Amino acid sequence: MSPLAWAAQVASTTAVPVAAVDPAQLLPARQMMAFTLGFHIVLVPFGVAFTFLMLIANYRGIRRADQDALVLARRWSQVAAVLFAVGAVSGTVLSFEMGLLWPGLMSRFGAAYGFPFAIEGLFFFLEAIFVAVYIYGWDRLAPWPHFWTGVPVVLAGVGGTASVVAANSWMNQPGGITLRDGVVVDVRPLQVFFNRAFWYETIHMLLAAYMVAGFIVAGVYAAGRLKGRRDRRHRLGLLIPFTVAAIATPIQIFVGDVAARAVFENEPAKFASIEALATTGTHVPESLGGVMVDGRLRYAVEIPSGASLLSGFRPSTRIRGLDAIPPQYRPADHLVTTVHLAFDVMVGIGFALLALSAWFAWSWWRRRDVPDNRWLLRAVSVSGALALIALWSGWVVTEVGRQPWTVVGLLLTRDAVTRSGNMWLFFGGTLVLYAAVGAATLFTLRLMRRRWERGDASDDRTEAGDADVPYGPSRARDAVPPTGAGSR
Amino acid sequence: MSTVAAVVLFIGVIAYAVLGGADFGAGFWDLTAGGAEQGRRPRHLVDLALAPVWEANHVWLIFCLVMMWSAFPTAFAAITTTLYLPLGLAALGIVVRGSGFAFRKVVVRTAHQRAAGAAFAASSVITPFFLGTVAGGIASGRVPTGGYGAAIGSWLNPTSVLGGVLAVLVCAVMAAVFLVAEARRRDERDLEVWFRRRALAASAVTGLVVLAGIGVLHADAPRLFSELTSRGLVLVLASAVCGLAALVLLPRGAPALLRLLSVAAVASVVAGWGVAQYPYLLGDHLTIDRAAAPTPTLWVLVVVAAVALALVAPSIGLLFVLQQRGRLEAGDI
Repeated sequence: MSPLAWAAQVASTTAVPVAAVDPAQLLPARQMMAFTLGFHIVLVPFGVAFTFLMLIANYRGIRRADQDALVLARRWSQVAAVLFAVGAVSGTVLSFEMGLLWPGLMSRFGAAYGFPFAIEGLFFFLEAIFVAVYIYGWDRLAPWPHFWTGVPVVLAGVGGTASVVAANSWMNQPGGITLRDGVVVDVRPLQVFFNRAFWYETIHMLLAAYMVAGFIVAGVYAAGRLKGRRDRRHRLGLLIPFTVAAIATPIQIFVGDVAARAVFENEPAKFASIEALATTGTHVPESLGGVMVDGRLRYAVEIPSGASLLSGFRPSTRIRGLDAIPPQYRPADHLVTTVHLAFDVMVGIGFALLALSAWFAWSWWRRRDVPDNRWLLRAVSVSGALALIALWSGWVVTEVGRQPWTVVGLLLTRDAVTRSGNMWLFFGGTLVLYAAVGAATLFTLRLMRRRWERGDASDDRTEAGDADVPYGPSRARDAVPPTGAGSR
Repeated sequence: MSTVAAVVLFIGVIAYAVLGGADFGAGFWDLTAGGAEQGRRPRHLVDLALAPVWEANHVWLIFCLVMMWSAFPTAFAAITTTLYLPLGLAALGIVVRGSGFAFRKVVVRTAHQRAAGAAFAASSVITPFFLGTVAGGIASGRVPTGGYGAAIGSWLNPTSVLGGVLAVLVCAVMAAVFLVAEARRRDERDLEVWFRRRALAASAVTGLVVLAGIGVLHADAPRLFSELTSRGLVLVLASAVCGLAALVLLPRGAPALLRLLSVAAVASVVAGWGVAQYPYLLGDHLTIDRAAAPTPTLWVLVVVAAVALALVAPSIGLLFVLQQRGRLEAGDI
């Protein structure tokens, strides 16, 4: 079945118990939100974490007078510039969608959870300004001041992520408001921002961003080494991001475990979907894979008492199942399957990446150099795609797992959605446009890579072709050795 | 408190109109600069002037959206459910514009540049038009308090069309003045003349549209018209004076003065709209006070805006200064 048809089926069966009241806009609005968010979130790790990798290379370049590290930092900053532009505009679309798709959410709870976005706006402002200063600052600012103009970019990335996730985690565990007749009459901002899901969701997302950026960038250079490019730049370009990602991976698994237990405690409905658990009970097995059919999980591999042990450290831990959810709010089989499988995929990839990191570390320890095992390099080159799939899966768990609620216990998604316009048309236009922008982004990045490869082949130092890169330094300036390094 | 929040919101609107507007206008000249060879140098100047600042300028739009939905949530929903067509089209226009601009600088083949550049330039004209129609729809009171107003009539009406056309024209004039100043700073005589001619032509057209607009507003948005000609009159006149002064000084004036005057002209006319609206947020049926979120939310927003002013103003100042000094630009060694 095609993904779209499957998605349609997911949504149509969801609608069964409440079909009479589901507005026509609900399905296209949800698909559109998922699609645009899924598109935007690919760019997030590049604004948040890739800039950190860039600064590591920059730092190393200045500290050790390492020309190759500086060249990498500069090229990465140019890649970051292109992706930052696409991220900025695709993020703007999300802001519009808050009103265009979910006016019910904004009119009722904008007063409560809208302000974290204002704080995010502040961070984004700083990020946009310092990205521009940093990228234009190559060779025009002294090396250390230039390096420091990059630091606010990384910090603003952390702050911006925290703010957006604060808004999202509030939807999962709303608090800090007083309602009278369904209207928000009082807001306690600190309780809204630092809600009960804030810390683990934020840290989980930040680490995910570092993993995705690290594994993707390392993967690009691993692919280069597989094609026989064994120069120092490919060595550094593989090592710096992979090290960051490999450090983030075990921490992420620990944080994810803490998060899952918090979901077990505070969001029992979502946890029931994650475990695809039909009936409440103790000694609940951990089910891997499987499909919900007629309210029961089929074809799953079961680890006896696994789920109970993982959530309460005792086989007698009682886990609430889907039967504990009032029937009118119970998610349909297809939704449960989606959440359950997405969770399995996320966790599975997490452990696969942990194994990859361990394999890499072991090879490094044996050779004291970048491993040359072709299978290892192949694994690294696909690790970025895997990390990205895990990131998407994680958001599917959070968002689909919350359905039918938009704000848990307070607002149903069908009451949040707009009732005006033909959303399929809007969604279709957006799909076409994003496909073009996505293709153009990849095309542009490939063009930049080709140019650098040509430059590397013709002359190691002059970086011919950089003049044409956006925000890039001119060719004339490139003939001069990059800042500072030459004098050491 | 709600008035303070509304003022903060409107400062965001003014900032976006001025800073974002100049960027949109640059796209207008980019679009009309002619064939690849003929338009190469004006386009290059547009690139140089825009590249470091457009993302920062663009953030003002996000600021306005966020302020609106946090401080005036029901009004925000009323606007988005009524004016969803122009807003949706503007959102897509913003995507095309931003990515088109970023890509154009990377690709080198003329055909690719043309495609990316056309995307950037065309959407630079379409987007302010739609945003202008949104402003017109709000200003003429076509957004009902409960939202879900006329899907077409709310933005295809005399005031909205006037708003859209004026937005495109004002952006174009302001950008042309900015680019005259930019060319003068760089000592590029012919480009200066090129943009000066266009600034004058566009101003003449804008003047005619404004004159016609008086009649349109009088007939289509009587409340707005009467407030603009009484309470808002000082600001409207200030705008006219600044605009005319900028044109008179165009041949010789110092670049910084020209910029200041054109900014003042746009800022005061937008502020005039704000003053004319007061104390209403939507038409004359929803007041700022009634639409406002609970006080703690407004406090947070005002504090965030103050912190933003304290942090962002110096850093954006740094960026502008560095850009104006030419220290941050590629290719002017």
